[in-house]
Amino acid sequence: MTDSLHLVVRRPARVEGEVRLSLAVPSDLTLVGDAVELVTRHCDVGVLSPRRLQFNLRTALAEALANAIRYGNRQDRTKLVRVEIECGRDAVRIVVADDGAGFDPREVPDPTTPENVAREDGRGLFVLRHLVDQIEFNQQGNSVCLVLRAG
Amino acid sequence: MGFSLTKDPRGVVVVGVDGQLIVGNRQDLKQKVLDALEGGTRRFVIDFTKTGYIDSSGLGVLVSLSKKVREQGGELRLAGLNEDLQTLFELTKLDTLFAITKTPAEALAAF
Repeated sequence: MTDSLHLVVRRPARVEGEVRLSLAVPSDLTLVGDAVELVTRHCDVGVLSPRRLQFNLRTALAEALANAIRYGNRQDRTKLVRVEIECGRDAVRIVVADDGAGFDPREVPDPTTPENVAREDGRGLFVLRHLVDQIEFNQQGNSVCLVLRAG
Repeated sequence: MGFSLTKDPRGVVVVGVDGQLIVGNRQDLKQKVLDALEGGTRRFVIDFTKTGYIDSSGLGVLVSLSKKVREQGGELRLAGLNEDLQTLFELTKLDTLFAITKTPAEALAAF
């Protein structure tokens, strides 16, 4: 499965310890797990604690990828989800972008209200917000930037 | 990585989730539990002792399975959540929908 994933790793000489990754993921939900493991392995550079790396980063990336593949690119395997990751000294920054029309994150209902809590779906964005220190969408809503601060 | 099924002498099925429960493998879990349900099992424990992470699709499949098991007069319990996973269930208020115990042994004893 990892044959379908294309990862580029750069270690800029001017910044010691910094790693930059670029990953292109075909819009296939079965690739999410492999993509997450690939990124996690390369981000294991001491910026995040092992616990935050293994839980927060992995879960947040899985959510962002699944949203981009399912709702953005509508599982069209010919379309790629582009992931850019910067593991710096102060934080890990992850940008996940798709080719979809985008959405307005303010219109996503609260999944914890009594009428929504027993629904099968609709928790992705809510979970994502709690896993990262900062989350920002572009104006179109088809690219999300996640920040996990060091520690 | 994957799901393991064991049946205790009283017929309770314990499903171990090894690695992760996410969008890419949740269908496997769903099928395994539904097959057991079809085969007459009514009491399930999902054991997360060896689970690294669960995404919202994984949470969703648990909600869906729990409903299906309840419709057949059974119950699906959760056990072995680490602190991060427990927090995830509390934040999403899913801790109000499931019987959650610290260990699979406690879940089995409660049936």
